[in-house]
Amino acid sequence: MFYYKQKESNTNVSKTANSRADITLDSTLLPPTTGSVIGVALNNKQLAASLETAFNEKPHVQPPKTPVLHIKTDNTHIGYGHSIKVPNDKGAVFAGPSLGIVIGKKATRVPAENALDFVQGFTIVNEVSLAETSFYRPAVKAKCRDTFCPIGPWTVDKSLIETPNQLAIKTLINGSIVHETSTDQLIYPVEEIVSYISSFITLEEGDVIIAGTPQRNAELEIKPGDSVTIEIEEIGSLTNPVEQE
Amino acid sequence: MKSARILFNNDTLNVTVNDQDQVVTAEGKVLEEGTFTWLPPCEGKMFVLAINYADHAAELSFKAPEEPLVFLKNKNSLIGHDQQTFRPDNVDYMHYECELVVVIGKEAKNVSQEDAMDYVGGYTVGNDYAIRDYLENYYRPNLRVKSRDTCTPIGPYLVDAKDVKDPHNLMLRTYINGELKQEGNTKDLVFNIPHLIAYLSDIMTLTPGDMIFTGTPEGLADVKPGDVVVTEVEGVGVLKNTIISETDYLNTLNQ
Repeated sequence: MFYYKQKESNTNVSKTANSRADITLDSTLLPPTTGSVIGVALNNKQLAASLETAFNEKPHVQPPKTPVLHIKTDNTHIGYGHSIKVPNDKGAVFAGPSLGIVIGKKATRVPAENALDFVQGFTIVNEVSLAETSFYRPAVKAKCRDTFCPIGPWTVDKSLIETPNQLAIKTLINGSIVHETSTDQLIYPVEEIVSYISSFITLEEGDVIIAGTPQRNAELEIKPGDSVTIEIEEIGSLTNPVEQE
Repeated sequence: MKSARILFNNDTLNVTVNDQDQVVTAEGKVLEEGTFTWLPPCEGKMFVLAINYADHAAELSFKAPEEPLVFLKNKNSLIGHDQQTFRPDNVDYMHYECELVVVIGKEAKNVSQEDAMDYVGGYTVGNDYAIRDYLENYYRPNLRVKSRDTCTPIGPYLVDAKDVKDPHNLMLRTYINGELKQEGNTKDLVFNIPHLIAYLSDIMTLTPGDMIFTGTPEGLADVKPGDVVVTEVEGVGVLKNTIISETDYLNTLNQ
């Protein structure tokens, strides 16, 4: 089952389809959920390895003991085909390919063993960000600009995903593959992320967790005029044009 | 005018609060205290200022920041007036933070400081609890410290902006079990309300219901299960909250 939301004569309609071929990919699509969107930063083995020295220096002093969380506010959420708006005076802007974990029912203090019982399925998130020079203070300026969080095009029911912790993720800019990673690069896998967050944040149906983004190097930079696609095995492709704010 | 949201007979109602602080329904009926549950009076993004009073910065051994230091909370943490907040077992330091909360009244993007006050819909009182044991130096203050279930009481009601003559001259006070513990005044904000609205609306679009917790002055203290914590902003409201143990909290989840 595929769950999605679409704009029809100015109302937002929730829909389902048995096959992704039954869903027309266009900019009438909205993010498939309307809940909170919480991201896990630094949850990538290669990225964490590259920061090992910085983690042990000031101001961080020691590596993170728990998953590092951030919030993508509602103004950032856009659907398939909607434009990511890039400011002209804030430096480089980067795509952030990630698996999105969609919560299916209220989850408070869920053990990792049962975590998937509280998950409806999976979606694709492009967690767009300005460059981050430090991870010491909350990344509101870097991550919470309008349109900086495309989500979609749909949520795939979890029954259709063999294991969420082994999905290939490709980023394409203007049709060319620029970056490849996999959810096997997550330091904390899907079940542990849901369990950890629910240990102090009650997750609600429709909330989305951004499982983890890779290091933002030059190949992930997006510019006005580009079209950026995040493609995740067994889920689909999320494409958004990029324009000047 | 003062407006609130309550849970009454399992329905969420938008109500007003009269000059005697009584809740009045849309039909004009006065509800007795104790027959309903106070809910947070607004819904939206939650911005919180860290170190936005110079005296509090000194208390934390920080120098005041050069630009607003903003963090976000998730809506899971919000509760209304006269509710319970749990203290986790085995922590050393959990403290309240009494704050004036600015609530946005209309959509704001790239607003100048000169025009910023036009975008304020109203004010309420927030108590931004923190559990310092969980601080880490990543996106500090991290969500585990600040965005916990039950850890952000807000209310009791929203006071219309036009009814608060000078939001930059309001006393803030916190009492634990009736004893005055924290006192400050919004005239000592490092970044005032127009500055904060201009700053945030330069980053993103603000929408009605968005909340800006403007920060807390000095005078923090540990709170323990059983404590009644009252946070008060002059002319805006008196927000009461009771601390319970983690065990008692877990029992409420199983009810």
